[in-house]
Amino acid sequence: MARTGVIICHCGSNIASVVDVERVALAAGQMPGVTYAATNKYTCSISGQDMIKQAIAEHELDRLVIASCTPRMHETTFRKMLTKTSINPYMLEIANIREQCSWVHTDKEKATEKAIDLVHMAVAKVLKDQPLFTSSIPVHKKCLVVGGGIAGIQAALDVAEAGYEVTLVEREPSIGGKMVMLDKTFPTLDCSACISTPKMAEAGAHPNIRLMTSCEISAVTGYIGNFQVTIRQKPRYVNHDTCTGCGLCEEKCPTKVTNLFDQSLSKRKAIYKLFPQAVPAKPVIDSEHCTMLKSGKCGLCSKLCPLGCINFEDQEDFITETFGAIVLATGYDLIDWAKAYPEYGGGKYANVISGLQFERLVNASGPTEGHIQRPGDGAEPKTVVIVKCVGSRDPAKAKAYCSRACCMYAAKHAHQILEKIEGSKVYVFYIDVRTPGKGYEEFYDKTRADGAVYIRGRVSKIYEEGGKLICKGEDTLIGKQVAVEADMVVLETAMEPAHGSTETAATAGVSADKDGWLTEAHPKLRPVETQTAGVYLCGTAQGPKDIPDTVAQASAAAAKVLGLLAKDELETSPMISVVDAPKCSGCGFCEQVCPVKAISMVDVPSMYNGKRVTRTVAQVNSGLCSGCGACSAACRTGCIDLLGFTNKQILEEVDALWQE
Amino acid sequence: MKYSYFPGCGMEATGIEYAKSLAFVNRAIGVEFIEIDDWNCCGATAGHSTSHELGMALPARNLALSEQQRPGMPIVVPCASCYSRMKYALQAAQGSENEKLSRLIGMPVSGAAEIVSIMEAYSDPVAAEAIKAAIKKPLDGLKVACYYGCLYTRPPKVTGMENCEDPQAMDELVRLTGAACVDWAFKTECCGAGHHVDLPAESKPLLYKIYKNARANGAQAIITACPMCMMNLDMRQGAVNMAYGEDFDLPVYFLTELLAVAMGAGFGECGVATHFHPAKKLLQNLINNKEVV
Repeated sequence: MARTGVIICHCGSNIASVVDVERVALAAGQMPGVTYAATNKYTCSISGQDMIKQAIAEHELDRLVIASCTPRMHETTFRKMLTKTSINPYMLEIANIREQCSWVHTDKEKATEKAIDLVHMAVAKVLKDQPLFTSSIPVHKKCLVVGGGIAGIQAALDVAEAGYEVTLVEREPSIGGKMVMLDKTFPTLDCSACISTPKMAEAGAHPNIRLMTSCEISAVTGYIGNFQVTIRQKPRYVNHDTCTGCGLCEEKCPTKVTNLFDQSLSKRKAIYKLFPQAVPAKPVIDSEHCTMLKSGKCGLCSKLCPLGCINFEDQEDFITETFGAIVLATGYDLIDWAKAYPEYGGGKYANVISGLQFERLVNASGPTEGHIQRPGDGAEPKTVVIVKCVGSRDPAKAKAYCSRACCMYAAKHAHQILEKIEGSKVYVFYIDVRTPGKGYEEFYDKTRADGAVYIRGRVSKIYEEGGKLICKGEDTLIGKQVAVEADMVVLETAMEPAHGSTETAATAGVSADKDGWLTEAHPKLRPVETQTAGVYLCGTAQGPKDIPDTVAQASAAAAKVLGLLAKDELETSPMISVVDAPKCSGCGFCEQVCPVKAISMVDVPSMYNGKRVTRTVAQVNSGLCSGCGACSAACRTGCIDLLGFTNKQILEEVDALWQE
Repeated sequence: MKYSYFPGCGMEATGIEYAKSLAFVNRAIGVEFIEIDDWNCCGATAGHSTSHELGMALPARNLALSEQQRPGMPIVVPCASCYSRMKYALQAAQGSENEKLSRLIGMPVSGAAEIVSIMEAYSDPVAAEAIKAAIKKPLDGLKVACYYGCLYTRPPKVTGMENCEDPQAMDELVRLTGAACVDWAFKTECCGAGHHVDLPAESKPLLYKIYKNARANGAQAIITACPMCMMNLDMRQGAVNMAYGEDFDLPVYFLTELLAVAMGAGFGECGVATHFHPAKKLLQNLINNKEVV
């Protein structure tokens, strides 16, 4: 005979203020199989847990129902507690009387009745519970980091420093990401390159880090601790094992190409290093523009290279490796504002530029060596308009969200213009000024004191007339239309997920939100984990953020990776699917619905009418199965059960609901 | 090509030149506009600023009449204000307001017919080809600013216009005459026509900026397809010149006038002779100079 214990939690006043917990406990005491029923003010607390342990010993309980918050909150807590008792941790059911009852109802009488029903169902289910036992899988102590921006570099360095091997994959020919394009960083104005290039060099030289540039991940299989990842090495046409990076090829290459690193403000060669401080400091050939690769003519670089490193026959290569953990740090791009904002000229005015273009203009290693010159004619602009929220906070045009970093770098741009151009005027159009960060508000205050004029309102139109860019807008504080005649306009455009990042994340089993930002497991409590165990995320892949937040998140992801890699073995959940093979008809429907590809169809020997035959049946890979239950719901013969949620258990719950 | 035709009040009064030139062009290219029998005011401005229901019911009745008289035939609406109101009503008739509209106007309305502007009707490949073929006096050498006004493209969720800030349909039609279109910034700005009587101080600067930008970009004339814009831009140019101490000399033509002249219409025949701001000389000189050469 089962001896069930039922604990009804007050959750302070969260539950008790709506549900009459004493009445629920009284009703639970009358339910079949219940030996003990009581209430507790805070069941999850140490004293609450002690009370349960005592009750188990005193009343010789063999299974437990806790009516409290959602199982997502404390099921693990209570399972852990049960390991210290005589009860198997899986002989536990949680009745959610908080999120699904007290929090959503106001009628106390009916809420109490509903709570009793919920407890009744859990009690019925726990009677059919079976003890389950975890098994373990080995952990492959190696980490893959996808994306070589500052987030990926930081995560890779932290993991490598702790003594584990890291492979850092970057699709561009150099690591560095967006941060190396920037000039100075707010609010301290330290040089972005000066603080990021040493980290790049460190990552490039670290004995535990393997850099794989010009690479993308093309497939991921396996599970936490054991991911098999296929990495596509794009052809580089330069043998990086022998190349010394002397630069002769780049110097002599006759083909000039738009330099995207400089945001199209300069030209580079068809054989090129992404930027002077690139890591690795070796060139690659841009196959789209190299005349030799396109038409078989030229080959100058090959003739000049003293070490014969040029290989026009280079092919893409696929490398498969095993990793225990994956960090996604795929970063961001800026929106294509020209498409979204034809009223700002849609790209036809050379002197209307993006914030990132301004960063290149003001950067000492940029196309103008740090002199702020208009792209249109090279003249120094005296009056500059800065427009914030171009594409951010504008659901009608582009994105509904705030891109978070723009208020601060807009202030920084204003400061830099006022500092570098004597007698210059800067007008900043804004919706709100958001400066939540250490030293941020002070920086904004200083920029205004420097002379930046902040106008609260959006710019409705930018057009050229008489050699000036006329920026029309509304000053909402005085309720009047204003027009500023500017020499140059800087648009602080919205961030969006880096192109291709959602596809890359999907390869690793990670989903994205409606805007394409990768989804964390919990927005507050599990910010760097994903719903796929063993896959972590950091930086702007998860959402817009500035450099300090990106680096902090990268180190957080690294800490999570280290927590995983420090283990030799991982406990697996026993709540997985099992196939009753004799009942299986081999239809294969379960194989199609399984989201983690844990089910395969296998041929097994069998007897039919006294004859030996071969039957095709489903088989579950216990290492891959995530316990979602899709196969069990889909199975038409009812031969697949999810342990912990068997068909029988669920039906008992349903029956209980209709019994008085 | 046949269209059900909603002329609107402007075509019989201030926009009579529009009606004349339009008739000329249609004859020349074999397009037929069949007037909706018993049409009523579209309700622009006065109607929809009085009540939402009135603003929707007035154009909806026209839609319903056209559906009855010529089912399935697209409805051409030359005036930008009427076009906008008809588009609003069309969207309402296609959506959740259908039942209410039918009740208000006392007849069924389905919203099945397409609403097109003159630009859309003439941009039809067959019509455009016919226009090209009908050009007898090419206007090359003329530089104009195509002015669409505020209502023809916006709001895009009602008009369905893709590039509502920089539309091209009129530019393309004008180019068929051989004239060049300047790239300018005030294609879709409001000219203030609706408020010139009650708020002249607010409306004058709007006109001034339009003239200024058109001239700065090298335009010799402004082209419009809206009778309200025409009245405003044409009639008040002198007043703006006086108020601002300017000497703008920008004749304003209906798109159809320009097409008609290029097709050989006489200036009186197509309306160019009766503008407030003299409009004959520019085109006459252009054509005469060519004939001399």
